[in-house]
Amino acid sequence: MIQAIVFLPLLAALIAGLGQRVIGTTASKILTTGALFASCALSWPIFLSFVAGSAEPSVTPVLHWVSSGALQFDWELRVDTLTAVMLVVITTVSALVHLYSWGYMEEDPDQPRFFAYLSLFTFAMLMLVTANNLVQMFFGWEGVGLASYLLIGFWYKKPSANAAAIKAFVVNRVGDLGFMLGIFGTFLVFGTVSIPEILAAAPGMAGSTITFLDMRLDTMTILCLLLFIGAMGKSAQLGLHTWLPDAMEGPTPVSALIHAATMVTAGVFMVCRLSPMFETAPVALGVVTFVGAATCLFAATVGTTQWDIKRVIAYSTCSQLGYMFFAAGVGAYGAAMFHLFTHAFFKALLFLGAGSVIHAMHHEQDMRYYGALRKEIPFTFWAMTAGTLAITGVGIPLAGIGFAGFHSKDGILEAAFAAGEGGQVAYWVGVFAALLTSFYSWRLVFLTFFGKPRWAASEHIQHAVHGDHHDHPADEHAGHDVAHAHAADAHEGTGGYHPHESPLSMLIPLGVLSLGAIFAGFLFAHPFIYPEEGMAFWKGSIAFDEHLMHAAHEVPTLIKLMPFVVMATGLFIAWNSYIRDTTLPARFVAQFGLLHKFLFNKWYFDELYNVLFVKPAFAIGRFFWKRGDEGTIDRFGPDGAAALVQGGTRLAVRLQSGYVYGYAFVMLLGLVGLASWAMVKFL
Amino acid sequence: MGLLSLMLAVPMVAAIACLFVTDRNARLIAFAATLIDFALGIVLWTRFDIGGAQWQFTERADLFGRFQWALGIDGMALMLIMLTVFLMPLCILASWDAITRRVGLYMAMFLVMETIMIGVFCAQDLILFYIFFEAGLIPMYFIIGIWGGANRIYAAFKFFLYTLLGSVLMLIAMIAMIREAGTTDIPTLLAYNFPPEMQTWLWLAFFASLAVKMPMWPVHTWLPDAHVQAPTAGSMILAGVLLKMGAYGFLRFMMPMFPDASAQLMWIVFVLSMIAVVYTSLVALVQNDMKKLIAYSSVAHMAIVTAGLFAFNQQGIEGALIIMLSHGVVSAALFFCVGVIYDRLHTREIGRYGGLAVNMPAYALFFMLFTMASVGLPGTSGFVGEFLSLAGIYEASSWVALVCGTGVILGAAYMLYLYRRVVFGELTKDDVKAMPDITAREWAIFVPLAAVALWMGVYPESFLAPMRGDVTTVVARLAPAKPAGDAHLAAGKSKAAEAHGEVAHGEAHQAGGVQ
Repeated sequence: MIQAIVFLPLLAALIAGLGQRVIGTTASKILTTGALFASCALSWPIFLSFVAGSAEPSVTPVLHWVSSGALQFDWELRVDTLTAVMLVVITTVSALVHLYSWGYMEEDPDQPRFFAYLSLFTFAMLMLVTANNLVQMFFGWEGVGLASYLLIGFWYKKPSANAAAIKAFVVNRVGDLGFMLGIFGTFLVFGTVSIPEILAAAPGMAGSTITFLDMRLDTMTILCLLLFIGAMGKSAQLGLHTWLPDAMEGPTPVSALIHAATMVTAGVFMVCRLSPMFETAPVALGVVTFVGAATCLFAATVGTTQWDIKRVIAYSTCSQLGYMFFAAGVGAYGAAMFHLFTHAFFKALLFLGAGSVIHAMHHEQDMRYYGALRKEIPFTFWAMTAGTLAITGVGIPLAGIGFAGFHSKDGILEAAFAAGEGGQVAYWVGVFAALLTSFYSWRLVFLTFFGKPRWAASEHIQHAVHGDHHDHPADEHAGHDVAHAHAADAHEGTGGYHPHESPLSMLIPLGVLSLGAIFAGFLFAHPFIYPEEGMAFWKGSIAFDEHLMHAAHEVPTLIKLMPFVVMATGLFIAWNSYIRDTTLPARFVAQFGLLHKFLFNKWYFDELYNVLFVKPAFAIGRFFWKRGDEGTIDRFGPDGAAALVQGGTRLAVRLQSGYVYGYAFVMLLGLVGLASWAMVKFL
Repeated sequence: MGLLSLMLAVPMVAAIACLFVTDRNARLIAFAATLIDFALGIVLWTRFDIGGAQWQFTERADLFGRFQWALGIDGMALMLIMLTVFLMPLCILASWDAITRRVGLYMAMFLVMETIMIGVFCAQDLILFYIFFEAGLIPMYFIIGIWGGANRIYAAFKFFLYTLLGSVLMLIAMIAMIREAGTTDIPTLLAYNFPPEMQTWLWLAFFASLAVKMPMWPVHTWLPDAHVQAPTAGSMILAGVLLKMGAYGFLRFMMPMFPDASAQLMWIVFVLSMIAVVYTSLVALVQNDMKKLIAYSSVAHMAIVTAGLFAFNQQGIEGALIIMLSHGVVSAALFFCVGVIYDRLHTREIGRYGGLAVNMPAYALFFMLFTMASVGLPGTSGFVGEFLSLAGIYEASSWVALVCGTGVILGAAYMLYLYRRVVFGELTKDDVKAMPDITAREWAIFVPLAAVALWMGVYPESFLAPMRGDVTTVVARLAPAKPAGDAHLAAGKSKAAEAHGEVAHGEAHQAGGVQ
């Protein structure tokens, strides 16, 4: 059964990708989508049986892979509670995204390729979560990286998409190098790469030391940190996050599936999978908490200033991943996984909703050209609202009733507060980020669906209205100037454009995901994060800390109320500045220009990396080539030798002059030389 | 006549025949002969007894003096011979239409080269080995010099000058070895313990020759020029097999024959390898010529091979061997990728292309596959080799592993950057638009290469199994001289250790790393 879940998508991808000419576009789409729905239908029973407590963990061997001395690993499929959670997340979102793409990609000439990539991605992701050894996890890890690269660059004629795709791959490779070194170190220490064996042996290694790069370090700390660098790359944590916003160059369904619901959560999954190992390395956990909290805050601040609807959601994703990491860092792995689970639904919903808006607005992604769409695309509006209610964590405090994010995010914050001093810092950072989350999420809704239409100024809309139908996703946000935006378009109207609601294939996924965003938290909070039920549910697949979860439920009432208060505050600020008094944001920007510029330019990370890494790499490369290879090695090596030979020949030619005294002179020199040598030698 | 002699004779006879027939027949004869050799290779592989005697298919005949016709293979040699006979028919196919001048001579050169390369891998006599090893220069020299590009004479001379210079030193070292040990028999020499101070000199002399063949930094500059000027099939065989002879020499001679010197001087190899990975990767990043870019990437890959070999452990050496095989297939495929579009547009300049995904989708797919294999994506052959060798290197030194590991990042950067400029982007240039997708002949070359690259990635056991015993032998030979790794794992004073009763388990494994 698990074989079917994992390999059906691969099979579909291969047939649709390689045989598209033979079987045609529609068949490719039916095949891939059908395979995914089949995988999804097979996954839910597994998950529900784990929820019911009737399933046992299992490992299914597939094929021998490598054995080299003690280093041995096979292709295997592991299914336990943690895997089961990921299985339903991946297959459900993937199946819905496949369906959604029928509508969203309808006009694209390259649909079989798109669907094949989506299915290929799903296969790689499934291999990642079913891995029983670190190397297969790495296979899935890089496999999803490849699929992500291919899908970001799906519109390969767009230079910006190509650049974003390469950036995503290379930045991820930086993390992957850390992951690889982590695997090597783990093998060196434990003599195996099998995950269960490592986790069993990890406590025995606590307190041991090892030399890494001539530094004497705590073994478990350095191993966990190296592995965590991998997680940081894939999950776009601060420092290695720069690829994620650019990845929005890909089609929107891709953003929903890969860059929101599944792939980017792989880092969180990895930390949870290896949680017994991380538990033996408190310093590493401290780093995880710090990086998570910092990312959570950083991304939220940037998210408040962006105009591109997808980028706002991308930074929001980055920020929510930060929540998951600091939950893991304080030891609340159940809460981290719970947020991963609910986030997959509401964030996929938000992205697909955004896709529906973009579809309605003829490829316009700039929120400055939206407004008043509530009545035009009501279904999308309600779906986006459900997603926003979920991400901002709306619920009735203390009663335990609320949207998905209410359960999972509050669970994280409470666990962080209960975890002691470091956790409490994370708690306050998280609370502040929640305020920002609420603000930017409602800002997005208000700018898009409320107020007056500002469509006329959009180039895309103008193209649409004036019948200039060339379907190019090429310059989706080229040429929009920040400065003229605010003032100019406030009084503009619809420009004669009529947005249209998306087709059914797009609305059904929105509906299903809305249900998830509304009920997922309420339905599954008990098994995921409640102390006793959690122990029974997780069955040791993560290092579930019963005491911490107990303590989390008994934090002071004020602490429990805090997320609600900041959520309401964020909502109020957003309402105040984007509905009540729409001139407020402009005045704020004028007042705090420098701060706004800093945030709007994403803390200048891209510029910094460009100066630090990209430009020097090319400059040094050119230097090595021109000055090193050509200027030094060749000049003094082969070319020099050739010149020497040539020079020598010329000299020899000149010596053979035909004059007797010349020869006599040389003979004399030779005699003198010989005589001197004999004297030195024998006297 | 033994199987190995037969494999040497078939291409040799065919080579002579090629000189006297029409162009068309020369192609057919060459293709048939290489296919026959490939079939013989499969027989060789199936009849090779894994886990049996170290040397199999041995043949011995006294010729004159101490000189013997002595052949025999172990698992490593078997795999490299398989690589040779696998690539050869593909090279002949690749030259089918591209070569129009002096076809008979060209085919003869390739067939002679095949004999020589098989000879290198199966020679059991030191002198015989040397003759094969150096003779390989001659056909390659002519292939570059006669059928090469505009600057072919310079490239051919550079290639010749570099490789010859090193080999003179190796010849002297070999004569010294024969005088010392009193035999030219390689298996006997493998067990002979040379005095340590002599080992150092012998090691350095061999190193001078083999480093050029690898090629290692800083004696690598002949390779980009040779590749750029060589015809497509010449590049394929140069990158595919000739570059492996250096590493083969390391593994066959330097490491097991001079273990003490190898341990003493391993730092030279590590330092040069580290420089090579970073240096040549960065140089590859700024190339405008496709072949130069891939040539530089070869130097970077070969640097991981040398570092992996000198890790002195099972993973490092097996990984290095898999990289050799994988690089043999993948770089040959990449050079063929260049050849395919060179045949259509007659330029190697990257900027002249762009947007090929539109009019050559099948080509784009294969190019993507080999690009990914080159950057070591798991599931392809490149990953298994890189992963194993880096794992081995890490056991020896975390610094070397880290620096060589940057090749993983830079490799992705230069290969994807190349791919983007050639295949992606808007299709604007008219002459590029007119390029048709790959032909049936090109499919026939791509498909086997792709199949092997994936096979080696998903189930490398087929390739590792024959070599395992030989690597174990080399590792055992090196073990007394092997320095400790830099990890120095020390158990902690933790109470958890006793509580979990895992001490024995943990310590049993530490042994590998701690020494």
